[in-house]
Amino acid sequence: MNAGRNLAAAAPLIRIRALSRAYRRGTQTIPVLQGVDLDVQRAEFIALMGPSGSGKSTLLNLIAGIDKPDGGRIEIAGVDIAQLGEGELADWRAAHVGFIFQFYNLLPVLSAAENVELPLLLAPLTRRERHEHVASALAMVRLTDRADHYPNELSGGQQQRVAIARALVTDPQLIVADEPTGDLDRVTGAEILALLGDLHRRLGKTIVMVTHDPKAAACAERLVHLEKGVLVDGPAAGGH
Amino acid sequence: MRAVPLSYVARNLRVRRVTAALTALGMALVVYVFATVLMMSEGIRVTLVATGQPDNVVVLRKGAGAEINSVISREQAAIVASLPGIATDALGRRLASSEPVALNNLPKRGSGKPSNVTVRGTSEIGLELRPQVRLTSGRMFRVGTSEIVAGRSIAEGFAGVGLGETLRFAGREWTVVGVLDGGGSGFDSEIWGDAEQMMQAFRRRAFSTIVFRLADESGFERMRALIDADPRLGVEAKPEIRFYAEQSEALATFISILGTVLSVIFSIGAIVGAMITMFAAVAQRVAEIGTLRAIGFRRGAVLVAFLAEALLLSLAGGVVGLAAASLMQVVSVSTTNFQTFSELAFRFTMTPSIAAQTLAFALLMGLAGGFIPAWRAARLSIVDCLRQA
Repeated sequence: MNAGRNLAAAAPLIRIRALSRAYRRGTQTIPVLQGVDLDVQRAEFIALMGPSGSGKSTLLNLIAGIDKPDGGRIEIAGVDIAQLGEGELADWRAAHVGFIFQFYNLLPVLSAAENVELPLLLAPLTRRERHEHVASALAMVRLTDRADHYPNELSGGQQQRVAIARALVTDPQLIVADEPTGDLDRVTGAEILALLGDLHRRLGKTIVMVTHDPKAAACAERLVHLEKGVLVDGPAAGGH
Repeated sequence: MRAVPLSYVARNLRVRRVTAALTALGMALVVYVFATVLMMSEGIRVTLVATGQPDNVVVLRKGAGAEINSVISREQAAIVASLPGIATDALGRRLASSEPVALNNLPKRGSGKPSNVTVRGTSEIGLELRPQVRLTSGRMFRVGTSEIVAGRSIAEGFAGVGLGETLRFAGREWTVVGVLDGGGSGFDSEIWGDAEQMMQAFRRRAFSTIVFRLADESGFERMRALIDADPRLGVEAKPEIRFYAEQSEALATFISILGTVLSVIFSIGAIVGAMITMFAAVAQRVAEIGTLRAIGFRRGAVLVAFLAEALLLSLAGGVVGLAAASLMQVVSVSTTNFQTFSELAFRFTMTPSIAAQTLAFALLMGLAGGFIPAWRAARLSIVDCLRQA
């Protein structure tokens, strides 16, 4: 029993091997990722960094299951998601991944609470259970009083907090964040990063974040650098 | 498959309310045309069917088809009128009316454009056979005089046929002494006078039709067998309801085919309009589509969401068009029934079946206009969508 638990704890949540992805532009094939190997432990917070075009967003998209690799494996909690069919992959994302985007990507016609509720509509929950989950997710990002506000009535920072609540509400193992502070001023960005770090510590979520911002990267436990589609060793993050 | 919530669909239409309203209005116009045509065709049918009574029988010369084509001699009329099985009234008179029917070209009020009006020679019995016909003003014509009564829509629509007016036809001056209300039947579009006077004026030796009432409503087949068996007659008997239904068939069918063809042609415009609106909606919401898909909504859910939006749009158009078309029920129009070559007044008639057909037509337009944009939305790649955020 104990041994089993240790083994589970030791196995990385994300195990990427020989991952490659190329884009075709006309007759040209442009390699974006070339033979990437990467392990991310459970409850780890990593930052993917690298110059534009280095392939960091592509890697994030592949980990999140919204893009398909041309070769290699992406095992997440033991499931090779590269092998999943499109529908299965959608269901897998609904159950296992929370998304945080640079521009928040809230649906403007839905209130904050309705936006947070959206991923729960894909889970077999009653209306009442959904509302309970939404309330606790909004409480976690300290936006209970803004539940009925629409995105255009919220500041950028508040909108990103709603997006974080939406990412958390299904209690996924993995949260992917693409430049989560990229559209925010420095102070607000710092608040969002503090919130992410806090959620990571308190809830033990595995977070994979793409960022340009060294300050944001500094919040992560580990930095992964990409250059021209290949991982390069970077300095260890200061982290928490 | 879990669906995108309907509130998202409906609120997106509200957000783009001007575009949505204009698109829906385009559809409403087509729906309006579609519905009014069906209502017109139904109105003609209802009017002519209301003209018949369930226990009345119309007798025409074999193969005549319409009253004006039919010739029935006095001898034949006498034989038919003496057949057993014809009802009698309280005074013991047989309820059979031999009637000459002629067409008379009269100018319309206002435009002065001539149109054919059915002139019927009848009698007190004739009136008794049509209980739906009532005098609304004036009095009935007197037997043996050049007095006539005019159906309501003829009195209103034609010059010189108003109460108290005189008009000239068949070489005589005729005075309009009463106005009839045919209760929404074809008699609203007729002029009635004394049968014998009409025969003389039109120089007829024969009647056009015999109408009689069956003593027993179920006795029609027996009566027809009697008539068919008599070699002197050469006439055919039809239940009055079927006779009038057949009179309406060609015109009603013509109008509904013409109207449907026109509606379908117009609908292409409305469908293209809906398609443009929905393509714009997809283009505007690419990032939202990417977000929904990333969260875990399947392609099918996106397809259904956009299709639902198009259907909602067309339903709104359908309801507006249908509401506008229902207002047409207060309008009474008249046209020439080319089967009888005479003027026929009728009302646009709405029925639950027409309402259902109209809404189905509207939804079909929405489906046709919405499918390609919705399909495109569902086929977009998540990564491409999110890149456009």
